[in-house]
Amino acid sequence: MEKAILKMEGISKSFPGVKALDGAAIEVRAGEVHALMGENGAGKSTFMKILNGLLEPDEGSIEFDGKKVEIHSPSEALGLGIAMIYQELNPIKDMTIADNIFLGREYTRGNSVFVDKGKAEAEADKLLEEFGMPVRAKTHMRGLSIAQMQMIEIIKAVSSGARLIVMDEPTSSLTDEEITILFQTIHDLKRNNVAVIYISHRLEEIFQIADTVTVLRDGKYIDSKKAGELDRDSLINMMVGRRLDNIFPKKEVEIGGTVLEVKHITRKGVFEDISFHVRAGEIVGFYGLVGAGRSEVMRALFGLDRADCGEIWMDGRRIRIKKPQDAIANGIALVTEDRKDTGLVLCRSIRENIALPSLGDFCRAAFLDKEKENKKCDEIAGKLTVKMSGLSQEAGNLSGGNQQKVVLCKWMMKNPRLLILDEPTRGIDVGAKAEIHSLMGDFAKAGMAIIMISSELPEIIGMSDRIIVMGEGKIRGEFKIGEYSQDDILKCALGGKK
Amino acid sequence: MMAFGGNKEGALSGQKNFKQYLRSYALVIIFLGVCAVFAIASPTFLQPTNIVGVFRQIAINGVLALGMTLVIITGGIDLSVGSLMAITGVVSAMILENNPNMLAVALIVGIGAAALMSMWTAVLVAKMRIAAFIASLSTMTIARGVALVVADGIPHTIKDTAYSEIGNGYLWDPAATGGVGFPVLVLILIVVAVITAVILYNTKFGRYIYAVGGNENAAEASGVNVVKVKFWTYVLNGALCGVAGMMLAARITSGQPNAATGYELDAITAVIIGGTSMAGGSGKISGTIIGALIIGVLNNGLVLLGVSSYYQQIIKGIIIAVAVLLDMKTKKGN
Repeated sequence: MEKAILKMEGISKSFPGVKALDGAAIEVRAGEVHALMGENGAGKSTFMKILNGLLEPDEGSIEFDGKKVEIHSPSEALGLGIAMIYQELNPIKDMTIADNIFLGREYTRGNSVFVDKGKAEAEADKLLEEFGMPVRAKTHMRGLSIAQMQMIEIIKAVSSGARLIVMDEPTSSLTDEEITILFQTIHDLKRNNVAVIYISHRLEEIFQIADTVTVLRDGKYIDSKKAGELDRDSLINMMVGRRLDNIFPKKEVEIGGTVLEVKHITRKGVFEDISFHVRAGEIVGFYGLVGAGRSEVMRALFGLDRADCGEIWMDGRRIRIKKPQDAIANGIALVTEDRKDTGLVLCRSIRENIALPSLGDFCRAAFLDKEKENKKCDEIAGKLTVKMSGLSQEAGNLSGGNQQKVVLCKWMMKNPRLLILDEPTRGIDVGAKAEIHSLMGDFAKAGMAIIMISSELPEIIGMSDRIIVMGEGKIRGEFKIGEYSQDDILKCALGGKK
Repeated sequence: MMAFGGNKEGALSGQKNFKQYLRSYALVIIFLGVCAVFAIASPTFLQPTNIVGVFRQIAINGVLALGMTLVIITGGIDLSVGSLMAITGVVSAMILENNPNMLAVALIVGIGAAALMSMWTAVLVAKMRIAAFIASLSTMTIARGVALVVADGIPHTIKDTAYSEIGNGYLWDPAATGGVGFPVLVLILIVVAVITAVILYNTKFGRYIYAVGGNENAAEASGVNVVKVKFWTYVLNGALCGVAGMMLAARITSGQPNAATGYELDAITAVIIGGTSMAGGSGKISGTIIGALIIGVLNNGLVLLGVSSYYQQIIKGIIIAVAVLLDMKTKKGN
């Protein structure tokens, strides 16, 4: 067995009011894929920030390659051979691949200050070929897909001599095919004795790729195990400390009359001739591959984009939606797929975020009734069990699951007739996910019509009364509960006929 | 209470520890520190007349900075404020020249003219989505040209004493209270501060200003009419520039087409020192007032100490950087 390349022990770190880490530990061997698991808020990111030198630990020691080290900055980490690939990539998009790979360590002509472009491009091309990338070093980053940008990050890390690469949710925006390529690359890294710390919420991936699993819970080290010794249930159990008998607690709900009816809406080049309906108390799942046009349909329903033609009916009345205000006024709410971009104003308080669409309801003449606002927000945040220090806490300081709950609070305040959820549990830990599923059940029970887009097949199957499958901007098929197998849906999404 | 009640957070979130206190009041501490230095170095600094003088000095910049605060919170900027002030001065002075008894009309039309002119920026930024820096640069040049055309390039003297009282008068006769009066300019500043604070903290529009600046996409997806919010923020700022233009014209008893050049930078400086983020989404009225006060006290104190005006500029520039650095450090804190 390889010896440990990284040993972090007894790492503690406190922030005002919170002990983020309390004796966290990990031991990574060269050439292994080591999954770091834990719910959101378990301290994984703080832990990795300490490894990367972005944060200094209050206590604990780091040993890298058998030597005790102190890491004060990401560049020091890189100097040691520790590279990070973040969930949200930030390449310099207007520079070429070669420029990005050699950023900060450019080849120069002799000892001059002048950059040797030719050499950089030649070296970059060599690397790209090694990694089987079908692009040239001269290409601008802007033209690449997210998966390709990620690959460039990995190439950059490896070519700078990294011996430990931390990947934070690397597959969250990749298609299945891209994931396969990524995993192939990770296997190659292993063969070259590079260690990988792999963070992901997708349990299936962990069993596919990881050799060892370390679990953190509430900032504490829980256990490390060989991946082969674990199964889904036991891993979840380690993470949440309680057994989740049912991840998808679908509630029995009586289904009422039609709430939304969409007739033949089209947005040229995006989606075409989309017709469907949703009834009260019903959860309709939209499944499809990334780029199938599901989110775009919902954006049009909510007035964020315009449909070129077609009709939208709510409760038997034809409505016209030109902007989000129209949709909101007609009882439609949309929880968008990207919390940070379109869901929350991160720099403002939870209260302001929750109240934002409902401010009109809290106004007396032109003025805000802050007491009423506060009371209502408090009520709804309590109902949806948002974990927070208070309504004044900045939304940006919450964990992903709690942020999503704040978005839900915001729309529950409007008591919508139709709730559209676009990837409601993406990037959210297992516990919060179950809570959100349970809330969806409650909403449906209260008579709300719900549309849920999800790219996770188990979620779609577990939650939906009906599943609509989209592909290439068109509806490819519709499945009622109990009338399909997982394979049917996947085949339909991939292009087979129902 | 209502006016400056935007920061009730403390009361709601329970106790704060010392560091958080420091964070909330870093600006005040910086301000008091600067005052303390001058108070020790110069015996005149703390004299009531001098203190009133400082407030009077900052009144015009303060009003400008308050409007600018709203604009910067939306994530924008307005470089045209000085030119807008000149329009108000010129228009109001010229109306009075021809109609000596129509002070109210002159002021309303003058301020209205600035607000109207600011719609150019408002449309470009809100509707056409041009960067605020560029849009307001365009307005800055156009408005200056308009002021020059309207005034025919020459200053127009204000003979109306009621008008000049706005700039030079006191609420009561200073002689009666041993030389300490309450300048009308300061009263206007206070009124404008209260109005902007109420708008920002106690109205829907104010919340939308923060939301649009904090995350335009999320605001839009929450049903906020982003175009409308931006548009009216710039127009409101234009009207406040008009008020500041009136104050300046009253003070120099003249409507001058070349007045107030470079004022935009002082206003922006006060806002930034006051802790408002240039990225938008955060900022406070109280911060801007303190920011304006810090600049005012620096100007005043350095003159009292007899520092050459050349050095004054250098010192001011350094202190601006230091104040913002300290504020950033305490904000980031942990």
